[in-house]
Amino acid sequence: MNPAGLSGAAYWLPLVSAAVIALAVALYVVLDGFDLGIGILFPYFRQESQRDQMMNSVAPFWDGNETWLVMGGTGLFVAFPLAYSIIMPALYVPVVLMLLALVFRGVAFEFRWVAKPHHRRWDLAFAAGSTTAAFAQGLILGGLLRGIPVAGNQFAGHAFDWLSPFSLMCGVALVIGYALIGACWLAMKTSGEAELRARALARPLLVALLACVALVSVWTPLELPRVAQRWFSWPNLLYLSPVPLVTAWLALRAWRALSTRHPTRAFYSAVGLFVVAYLGLLVSTVPYLVPPAITVWQAAAAPHSQAFIISGMAVLIPVVLGYTVFVYRTFRGRVHPGEGYHH
Amino acid sequence: MQNPQVEAHALLLARLQFAFTISFHIIFPAFSIGVSAFIATLLVLWRRTGKPHFHTLARFWTKIFAVAFAMGVVSGIPLSYEFGTNWSRFSLVAGNVIGPLVGYEVLTAFFLEATFLGIMLFGWQRVQPWLHVTAAVLVALGTAISGFWILSANSWMHTPAGYELHDGIAWPTDWVAVIFNPSFPYRFAHMMCAAYLTTSVVVLAVGARYVLGGRHQAEARTMIRMGLGMVAILGPLQLLLGDQHGLNTLRYEPAKIAAIEAHWDNDGPAALVLFGWPDERAETNRAAVAIPHLGSLVLTHDWNGRVAGLKDFPRDARPPVAPVFFAFRLMVGIGLVLIALGLTGAWLWWRRRLFTARWYLKLGSLAWPLGFVAILAGWETTETGRQPWIVYGLLRTADAASPVSAAAVATSLALFVVVYCAVFSMGIWYIHRLIDKGPSPGTLATPPLPEALPNRPLSLGARAQADEGREPPA
Repeated sequence: MNPAGLSGAAYWLPLVSAAVIALAVALYVVLDGFDLGIGILFPYFRQESQRDQMMNSVAPFWDGNETWLVMGGTGLFVAFPLAYSIIMPALYVPVVLMLLALVFRGVAFEFRWVAKPHHRRWDLAFAAGSTTAAFAQGLILGGLLRGIPVAGNQFAGHAFDWLSPFSLMCGVALVIGYALIGACWLAMKTSGEAELRARALARPLLVALLACVALVSVWTPLELPRVAQRWFSWPNLLYLSPVPLVTAWLALRAWRALSTRHPTRAFYSAVGLFVVAYLGLLVSTVPYLVPPAITVWQAAAAPHSQAFIISGMAVLIPVVLGYTVFVYRTFRGRVHPGEGYHH
Repeated sequence: MQNPQVEAHALLLARLQFAFTISFHIIFPAFSIGVSAFIATLLVLWRRTGKPHFHTLARFWTKIFAVAFAMGVVSGIPLSYEFGTNWSRFSLVAGNVIGPLVGYEVLTAFFLEATFLGIMLFGWQRVQPWLHVTAAVLVALGTAISGFWILSANSWMHTPAGYELHDGIAWPTDWVAVIFNPSFPYRFAHMMCAAYLTTSVVVLAVGARYVLGGRHQAEARTMIRMGLGMVAILGPLQLLLGDQHGLNTLRYEPAKIAAIEAHWDNDGPAALVLFGWPDERAETNRAAVAIPHLGSLVLTHDWNGRVAGLKDFPRDARPPVAPVFFAFRLMVGIGLVLIALGLTGAWLWWRRRLFTARWYLKLGSLAWPLGFVAILAGWETTETGRQPWIVYGLLRTADAASPVSAAAVATSLALFVVVYCAVFSMGIWYIHRLIDKGPSPGTLATPPLPEALPNRPLSLGARAQADEGREPPA
């Protein structure tokens, strides 16, 4: 995989940057994933008090969670300006769609409280914004996986090249996946009827997500020969064989935990499913940042820029993670009906 | 995309989109920078004096802050993606330099403010008071750090330094020179002062409104005193900072100064054009009222100093003159009004007539939008004044856009306009309603109950008690 002649910093810096961005995206997908999932599930909880509970369960965290999206986007800009300058124009439509949807979702967190008792429109904004943002993120993922036409270091396609049955399927899969971790989060962080309802929703969502994972796993190699090559050539097949096994184990664990009322275990198992699926996608695309044209090394920023930001990240990301954990601990425990620590 | 006509449309639309989204955005962070510092100050005062009205005020402004901050966050995220969607050539050429500055903003500021915001908003009864105060201070610090990095990145676009070009792409050579580029200290001081000044005017206006309405007297008087005190200090300070910033601009971006002053000919001491209509085609000012020599005095601090005129620059290297000329006058005009507001108020305060001079309170209560207008006018001046460059002397705006169709940019622009106008007008309406309702004293000032503090599971009884001490849902 090492392109000719690269060694030392020129070889390692882009890999480290890519790993950090991959981590930021993974943290975003998991952390904002349950926030968005709660929004997606909003229509399935009818009572106002349940919706209050749902929103309260993430209200102190959502802002920090969403910041990982900024970190991912900015990280791409910082470390791989060439990839950023190709991907964003290519995925213009779903990116703008996601940003606008996140506007509705984000303001709903505050507006819903100050608008009471006329908060119905912000219930709708929260649900529609979350669902649309999740779907658009799936479109972005699908569009990126299928590849982007590049000529002369610029995007050379059309505004709707990303649109395909495959990307639509990725959109649906992500909505279902977020809904699952949202349901598991609620089963863990709420009590009373909201908890029961969340647990009841989580099981069919788990089945639906597994169906999606299976579909993506079959469809991706069929659609993209380079992915088939990556997974089904020897000895890759051997190294990658644990992936489906781990997936099955995590799914079983989540199912059992939901049946036996171990919501925390169910939540972490569902997150585990996300992480495994995410790693699978990384395996499919490495070392391309803009498949099938641009690798991490081709897209990398000046080494001086990479070194400057990586040295900052090495210190600051652990600090950020530290105080993030602290805030989660501060607001640990379930949110009970009628209880709000809202200001 | 092959059609140059279409590209020109796409470019114009992309510029409109950035101008629209960033203008909408800057209102909220400017306010958040000021309000978060105000809340942190109130909480520190409350901890030190124990006076309950500081706590009441802190809670009141925290509600407003929460709404404003959310709007700042959601209107800011599109900007970090717009560099790529609409300005991909800019991202490629300047990314090596600008990217890490924005990256450090995320790492040192965004996470800090977003994470501790959770404790600041929801931790009133959850954490020890000292921790809650610390969280508020960290949020205020985060907003200021954010300003540091983004203004450094913006200043680099005006006065690029510490880089060299490789194949037309900027490579950083000296990070200290990049971060502390020549215009940064001035721009940072000027903008932060603007944010604190703008918020002080809002605080003063809200206090004046309550005193006029005979409501919330203790809180209102504190707001007037604190707001007015800041306006009286920051107004004149801002004049000084603006003057210094202008001198810096004269040195590094002389064409911008020539446009600001509508100064065409460098044929003698510069006059100061007070009013007039700059005519770019005829290269002169119509109906101009000008004071001889004053331009030289202001810009060079010398009665006969020479200042470059617009005619010293080729036409394709001049910014549009009229928008820069008028925006600057609007900003300075408001600045002078605010100085007058501050000094008049200080004089009334000294004469012990501050809370009885209804005419002054009336004027004060109406002054709240002035700072925001001045901030927008100031950004209009500096950003349009940099044209035709996106990075001064390095990359022209016309060469910075993405290879996307005008249709895509037009559609997204229309959507941004519709969504922003709908969503943010609602938000501003909710802020208005919160202010109208005013602080709710009494129950708010209840200190946190020891039973409700962490490190101990909340028992049902303690929770019920804690609920009683809480205001009903807003």
